[in-house]
Amino acid sequence: MTTGLIIVQLMNGIALGALYALMAFGLSIIKGLLNIPNFAHGALYLIGAYVAFEVSSSLDSFWLGLPAAVLASAAVGVVIERFGVRRLYGSAYLFQLLLLFGIALVLEQCVILIWGTLGQSLTPPGILMGAVDLGVSLFPKYLLFTTLVSFLVIVGIWFVIEKTHFGAVIRAGLERREMVSALGINIELLFTLAFAMGAGLAGLAGALAVPLVGVSNTMGTDMLAIAFVVVVLGGLGSIYGAIAAGLLVGIVQSMSALWVPSASTVLIYAMMILIIAFRPQGLLGER
Amino acid sequence: MLLTVEDIQTYYGNSHVLHGVDLEVGAGEVVALVGRNGAGKTTTLRSIMGLTPPRSGSVRFKDQAIAGEKPHRIARRGIAYVPESREPFSLLTVEENLTIATNPRSPWQLDQVWQWFPALKEIRDRKGGHLSGGQQQMMVIGRGLLTGPELLLLDEPSQGLAPVIVETVVEMLKDLRKSNLSVLLVEQSIGVALDLADRIYVLNEGRVALHARSEEIREDPSRLDAYLGLSAT
Ligand SMILES: Nc1ncnc2c1ncn2[C@@H]1O[C@H](COP(=O)(O)OP(=O)(O)O)[C@@H](O)[C@H]1O
Ligand SMILES: [Mg+2]
Repeated sequence: MTTGLIIVQLMNGIALGALYALMAFGLSIIKGLLNIPNFAHGALYLIGAYVAFEVSSSLDSFWLGLPAAVLASAAVGVVIERFGVRRLYGSAYLFQLLLLFGIALVLEQCVILIWGTLGQSLTPPGILMGAVDLGVSLFPKYLLFTTLVSFLVIVGIWFVIEKTHFGAVIRAGLERREMVSALGINIELLFTLAFAMGAGLAGLAGALAVPLVGVSNTMGTDMLAIAFVVVVLGGLGSIYGAIAAGLLVGIVQSMSALWVPSASTVLIYAMMILIIAFRPQGLLGER
Repeated sequence: MLLTVEDIQTYYGNSHVLHGVDLEVGAGEVVALVGRNGAGKTTTLRSIMGLTPPRSGSVRFKDQAIAGEKPHRIARRGIAYVPESREPFSLLTVEENLTIATNPRSPWQLDQVWQWFPALKEIRDRKGGHLSGGQQQMMVIGRGLLTGPELLLLDEPSQGLAPVIVETVVEMLKDLRKSNLSVLLVEQSIGVALDLADRIYVLNEGRVALHARSEEIREDPSRLDAYLGLSAT
């Protein structure tokens, strides 16, 4: 096994992990602020992927596809929050779970009605085709691009959350919802924004994934399972833990493909069990 | 009257906690609410704030019925709530805690808080979770005042604090009396309550058992004995 191959797999893992991080970051913001396990997150990823695919192929513009996917998923997220989830704040977990599973199923069926069950693929735009020479080996340009975009978006959101007044309100709300509203802040508006943001991130992850894995109507469900593993690994209640855990899962998955390709998925769940056994609060979680 | 609470009945689930509480707070008045642990003092404040809305009865603020409104609407009408558990935002700095909901029209701005509590200014960049009880209390009172309220709901501000800190807080509250702020103060320490308040309500098992002017109680503190037990004096 060459060093070049290992480095390529590592970078593959980082690219994949960056997508997981986008998914899990949104999930944990929604969980932290709204206290809702968003089981529709995979469906929002799915919608992002198909909207990006549709816009990219019919308008022949990948660059319009990306923002269109983000907006479409965020808009669906706003509808889910305002007309669905909002009625169930404070009710039993089971009801929230049922509602969100139901919504996910409906959305998946809508995607099938519109685009059918046949998987499709898309090539990256010309400028992102081909590979760059890393010295030790070649690496696909598009993977570098997804890594870069994911990181820029995550850093941007980090900046908003940690350095702005709006971010301070979000951090306050993550800890004490009731107190935030007693100070005159419209917490429900904050919930809608947070849900829209998480949904938009899922849409972005879906759109970025299309040139890598194409579109298929099961991609949302597959992604949802991994995203929840990532959230648990990162630690519930720690939004940045999700980023670290996303990268870790991506790297473990692609590195293990070098040595034990058939076990790479099992390995992720094994890792989750191990971490939970020794560190129940997750990687960066507290308490 | 700035605030009029009439016959409120408040429940936690099926447990009936307030059995018809009536009270009033006038503009610029400081009113104390005392009573044993579990008497319903905190629940009264939460009912006014809309956090545990009363099932029946009325709450009027500046002549408008506010019972049933969302807490953030009630807050924006000019009521600030400083809870018993203080609820500091532990991941926010002291300054972020103070300015989280500032109102540019508030008569009190950040500088005023630094003046009242110079100790806070020195630790303005420290995280709210890393403060002593006294520092937390000063911070959350400041946080409430920066929203520019006309009525401050203050739940047991002296609880668990060293006497010197209690004194700082009491001095600050006395200073506030010069402005036209009204305060509804829940207080375990009868000394502090009598020192600050114009009138006193005694709550017992979810009902107002006694209502008197502070002078009357000062003249005959034994009137409180039946409701407060040994801690009264
Ligand atoms: N969240 C709650 N759920 C159920 N019962 C509560 C809750 N909070 C308070 N109570 C009950 O309501 C009663 C009044 O409590 P509270 O208003 O906190 O009293 P006080 O502030 O006077 O000590 C007590 O019997 C208490 O046990
Ligand atoms: Mg209390």
